[in-house]
Amino acid sequence: MLEEKITELKRELIGFATLVERMIEKSVKGLHEKKRESLLEVIEKDEPKTNALEISMDALCASMIAQFEPKAKDLRIALMVAKMSSDLERMGDHAVNIAESALFLTEKPLVKPLVDIPKMAEVTIKMLKDSISSFIEENSKLAKEVCERDNTVDELKDKILSELITLMSQDPSTIERSLHLLRISGNLERIADLSTNICEDVIYMTEGKVIKHQSKNW
Amino acid sequence: MESTILTIEDFSAYFGTNQVLNNVNLSVAQKKVTAIMGPSGCGKTTLIRCINRMHELVPAAQVSGRILLHDKNLYSMNPIIVRRKIGMVFQKPNPFPTMSIYDNVIAGYKLNGIRIGKREKDEIVEESLKRAALWGEVKDNLHRKGTFLSGGQQQRLCIARALAMHPEILLLDEPTSALDPKATAHIEELIAELKKQVTIIIVTHNIAQAARISDFTAFIYLGELVEYGTSEKMFTVPKDKRTEEYLTGKFG
Amino acid sequence: MSEHTLSLRIIKDRGFKTLVILFSFITIVPLLFILFHIIKNGIGVINWQFLTSLPKPVGEVGGGIANAIVGTFILIVMSCMLSIPLGVSAGIYLSERREGWLASLVRLSVDILQGIPSIVMGILAYAWVVLSLGTFSAFSGSVALGIMMLPIIVRSTEETLKLIPEMLKEASLSLGVPYYRTVLRVILPAGASGIVTGILLSVARVAGETAPLLFTAFGSPFMDVNIFKPVNSLPLVIFNYATSPYPSWHQLAWGASLVLVGMVLTLNFSAKLVTKRWKVQF
Repeated sequence: MLEEKITELKRELIGFATLVERMIEKSVKGLHEKKRESLLEVIEKDEPKTNALEISMDALCASMIAQFEPKAKDLRIALMVAKMSSDLERMGDHAVNIAESALFLTEKPLVKPLVDIPKMAEVTIKMLKDSISSFIEENSKLAKEVCERDNTVDELKDKILSELITLMSQDPSTIERSLHLLRISGNLERIADLSTNICEDVIYMTEGKVIKHQSKNW
Repeated sequence: MESTILTIEDFSAYFGTNQVLNNVNLSVAQKKVTAIMGPSGCGKTTLIRCINRMHELVPAAQVSGRILLHDKNLYSMNPIIVRRKIGMVFQKPNPFPTMSIYDNVIAGYKLNGIRIGKREKDEIVEESLKRAALWGEVKDNLHRKGTFLSGGQQQRLCIARALAMHPEILLLDEPTSALDPKATAHIEELIAELKKQVTIIIVTHNIAQAARISDFTAFIYLGELVEYGTSEKMFTVPKDKRTEEYLTGKFG
Repeated sequence: MSEHTLSLRIIKDRGFKTLVILFSFITIVPLLFILFHIIKNGIGVINWQFLTSLPKPVGEVGGGIANAIVGTFILIVMSCMLSIPLGVSAGIYLSERREGWLASLVRLSVDILQGIPSIVMGILAYAWVVLSLGTFSAFSGSVALGIMMLPIIVRSTEETLKLIPEMLKEASLSLGVPYYRTVLRVILPAGASGIVTGILLSVARVAGETAPLLFTAFGSPFMDVNIFKPVNSLPLVIFNYATSPYPSWHQLAWGASLVLVGMVLTLNFSAKLVTKRWKVQF
């Protein structure tokens, strides 16, 4: 009874995460390949789905706690899944932001060849995928490792920032486009942060240890 | 969508002039566990006793309204037939003390004078004890009297006895309130298995138990059906204020 | 509390305990005396011939109580046949119905019946049966004895069945078993020990009744198994022989007494055994 409920919870969360992954992929790909339809899909179709999913996951966690009075790890699973689902919903919002900026940029010529943003997107999406894997497998080692990759993402964001600053100071006509690119990189960085949140939740869930709000040097 | 096996329509029950149930309307889903919860004396036991027509055995008992099993009114059927289609397990385990375990299981046939061959009897005994998760523990002692069994085992024997009649619905009247936690857990697991084959209606005053094992829950208070819905919703977002108060321990 | 008062209390306490134990012991004494006396006087008379031959007229040597033993047996069997179905049924009815006019009436009748003197029973049986049949008979004797057995059987059946938990009945009814079958095949078997004990005790009670038999069974020197003829019985033998002027018959009376007492004791012990072995624990 309780086990079935937990299985259901995990299944729903995985489905939610898969949706969000696709949203990010579509947004970045849409930017790269200038595909307006997929960008619009993210904004109009996918985002409402994430909202609905967050609400239903909340109800699922609440009913699991009310009906089964879970203890120890089972309780941590219920609580953390609720948090993860709200993190996933925020990731969805960030993906929408990326899509919106991408929509603007599809109409315009490139400011510079897209190298770092796709790289950033690749690392970020892998972080999200692996954080969900660590949840499914209850693998706290993987979760810790994913948290470390956040540094890479931060470094990439800083690199993009400094490059674009140089560009903007040289040629003011690139400012609007650069700002959108900055917005995209900022949102990707936030998605990576939220993935580390998920990993911290997984570590709490599996080990009962809280590693939040600590410096990233361990 | 679940199909409905039992419909209770505008049903009221009385002991003489004392009204115990007031206008209850309820549809019980087939092959699911429906819990009936409420504080002591609210009428929940009376309700299930009306379903298998045991209520009318008390002098001055009266009922009004209908209870339909697959669209047939139970109150226009022969009560004996009703009780063979709807089995009951009581709060305190009550195996027949003068009979062996074997005879207890087929008591429904034996006492009714229904003749069946030895092979068929053996099959029914084995099948029922297996369904009640008791076979392994008693298969070498079938011809001993049931009194040496523990409380939990006796209760499972009573469940086997009821199941042997192949009822469509099994009524459980606080089946674990006289048992220790381990035996209670056994029976709850058993219920989760049984519901795949039999519709189960369980009366309990233990809110946590109702929440754990039921698919649907009805809350009865002072003879009235206050709320009825899926257990998922009932225990997180009850609709009626009285349900909310009962669940948070304000009374009962 | 002063020392003096305290030691006085202790003395009173001990005194009381001693008195209670002493009196309890004294109550055993009559039984011991009775048994001793009967055995002493009767044992010499008991032999195979005594138990198997018919009474002989006065003056003749020998004679036995064979027909009395058989007669007592016949009387008991017949009075059981009359009283058990009625008594057990009434007991079942009373245990099911606590209130109601019929139940109260039955209870009242049973209580009053218990108090009617045995000799009055005898006279009544004489008036109803002996006069209608035109002869003394074993049948009239068993009518009298049967009526005397009724109250005990009714009461013990009722009390036994009341002790059976309601849930046993409910378990059976919930399986779709009709009421009459529930009573016959679940409740009665569960109460069997108490009911049988009641029957045994009522038999022990009437086995030695003399007065009702005086004008019903009447006694006879012959061995007769026809229930519509007079029949001899142990209490009658004792009465007749003991009140006779012949010492040899007095001896026979002692022998018959020993047999009768032996029978009653056996019944009482059997009742205890039945309770112990068959009693169902709830």
